[in-house]
Amino acid sequence: MTPASSEIINVESRTPRVRRFKAVASTILRRNDRIAFSISLGSGLLTIALLAGILYQLIFLSLPAIQRYGLGFLISSEWDPVHKKFGALPFIYGTLVSSAIALLIATPFGIGTALYLTELAPRKLRGIIAFVVDMLAAIPSVVYGLWGIFVLAPFIQESIAPILQKYLGFLPLFQGRCDGVSMLTAGLILAIMVVPFITAIAREVLLTAPGELKAASLALGATEWETIWKVILPYSRVGIGAGVVLALGRALGETMAVTMVIGNMPEISASILRPGHSMAAVIANEFREADSAIYLSVLVEIGLVLFAVALVINLAARLLLWRMRGVAKN
Amino acid sequence: MSYNFAARFLLAALTVVLISGCGEMKGPILASNGDDDSGPSDSLVAGGSSFAYPVMNHWTSYYNKETGVQVNYQSLGSSGGIKQFTVKTLDFGATDAPMTEEQLAEAKDDVLHIPVVMGAVAVTYNLPGVKSRLTLSGEVVANIYLGKIKKWNDPAIAALNPSVPLPAADIVTVRRADGSGTTFIFADFLAKSSPEWEKIVGVGNSLDWPADSIGGKGNEGVAARVQQTKNSIGYVELVYALQSKLSTAAIINQAGSAVIPSIATVTAAAAELTTIPEDLRLSITNAPGEKAYPMAGITWIVARTKMDNTSKALAVQAFLTYILSDKSQATADKLNYSKLPPKLLELARSKINKISGIN
Repeated sequence: MTPASSEIINVESRTPRVRRFKAVASTILRRNDRIAFSISLGSGLLTIALLAGILYQLIFLSLPAIQRYGLGFLISSEWDPVHKKFGALPFIYGTLVSSAIALLIATPFGIGTALYLTELAPRKLRGIIAFVVDMLAAIPSVVYGLWGIFVLAPFIQESIAPILQKYLGFLPLFQGRCDGVSMLTAGLILAIMVVPFITAIAREVLLTAPGELKAASLALGATEWETIWKVILPYSRVGIGAGVVLALGRALGETMAVTMVIGNMPEISASILRPGHSMAAVIANEFREADSAIYLSVLVEIGLVLFAVALVINLAARLLLWRMRGVAKN
Repeated sequence: MSYNFAARFLLAALTVVLISGCGEMKGPILASNGDDDSGPSDSLVAGGSSFAYPVMNHWTSYYNKETGVQVNYQSLGSSGGIKQFTVKTLDFGATDAPMTEEQLAEAKDDVLHIPVVMGAVAVTYNLPGVKSRLTLSGEVVANIYLGKIKKWNDPAIAALNPSVPLPAADIVTVRRADGSGTTFIFADFLAKSSPEWEKIVGVGNSLDWPADSIGGKGNEGVAARVQQTKNSIGYVELVYALQSKLSTAAIINQAGSAVIPSIATVTAAAAELTTIPEDLRLSITNAPGEKAYPMAGITWIVARTKMDNTSKALAVQAFLTYILSDKSQATADKLNYSKLPPKLLELARSKINKISGIN
């Protein structure tokens, strides 16, 4: 024990003033604890209440539409505001397909970037590249939309679509005239927008992979590629899966960039080179000039459906992750 | 301990209730409560038509400089303007489509429709190699959007443009994706020109487009799409087309002459009307007259004949008198809006003194 610390203890035990001070301090601390506890509890409950409140409002305002169109609303693909005939299927389809295209493209790219950043890139470059990738998430979606209109859409129309149609044109997926704005364009824009989410999380997860495992694998004679593919990735897949779910959440709800490049045509087409529509886009586009009560109610119901779809997909993904985690533990 | 827990829980619950308690979806409460003193109120809250927003903004700022009265005009969209006017959060609204019977019933009181400015829809196209202006008719445009005319060198288009070398290319149709008064005027004219359009599609702010067409968001979205896509056709507000110098088609009017969309030809559309309804809820698409551009529309201000307080009523009267003055109407022309023709202007002015306060 150093002389200094023994002195403090002595002072503490000797003077009643210090003892009193300690008692007061701990009371204050305890009170602060309680206040902090209340605030945390309040915030927690508030979040739940907000969710419940939004859900309540969505259901309440969409009741007229639900009563009038029933379940048929979800499977009808008619969208005729003039004659008040509404169906949500093309929008549900568009949201799901554009998000699926986005994830199909973004997942390998995101994981690849993360692997490069954690395993392969020169140390000096890592910080810079990670920063650039993170910056992609900071670009406002309307800027992506503008870039989509003026750069990506013409590029797809003039370069990508002809190639796809030449070699894969026998697939219904790539048939029909491409006008630049299409389901594929929307999927690509979304992919670029969600890559940073997947990369950021995958990178954090990959960094937690124990060095011993890697060293052991390499020592057993595995190549670097085999180590990544058979040791590091399986170890990290639950965490990476969580990143993909987060990216999916972003893709499902994205409005501005999608509406600028998807073509806003409420049709279901097998070809991803044809225009489509999405739930978020139709709400944003038509809410402002919805001129009858039922029309407004229908748009709110689409919001409710979007909410439900996002919830179901999130829950399903979480269940999958739980199961994967269970498997990983065994 | 249990008291503490109860207190904590109450605090938490109270926060929750306070925030989630704001139920009911209402518009923002904007209207300030003007004093019922004598004399006009010095502030008004208005909103609606986004088409008229630039000219309203211009008028309100000059009005404020000249009189000190603040008129806060918000670009809510015509339907939004009518909704908020109906629930009385706005002192007056502005709309590109007259209120429907259903909407009037909802507003309960007597509502005045006062025309203030005119606009039009221009058909724009992107045909590389075609230098001269195209001429189109309502029927041809309707058939293009119905998917019945698919190629630019269709005989129906060629007949209207004998001297233009039309390509044998597919027509790509572009239209508004967002609900809009522009779509309303466009569809209204097509319905008057083509019985098939009226039967299949009808008229509205948003439509069930019968054939494949790309939806652009806003005038700028449609214009960008048309400029990006070869062999495309679209429609935008005339103000927007003039400012962005887009190529626009001349449209054949009721009298059979091809009319180029311009500020003057739009004013002409309301100049030779023979019958004007008493409530001024008139449609000027496909209007008579040699020079009348057929895809034109009116922006109305909607106001109550009996307002809740007199000072607001006086302020609305004064502002309307200002924007319907010859000077204000002339500035509309400079901003590429079309002023009202003399006869309609007289009728509009005659409505102003019908606005009054309750007390």
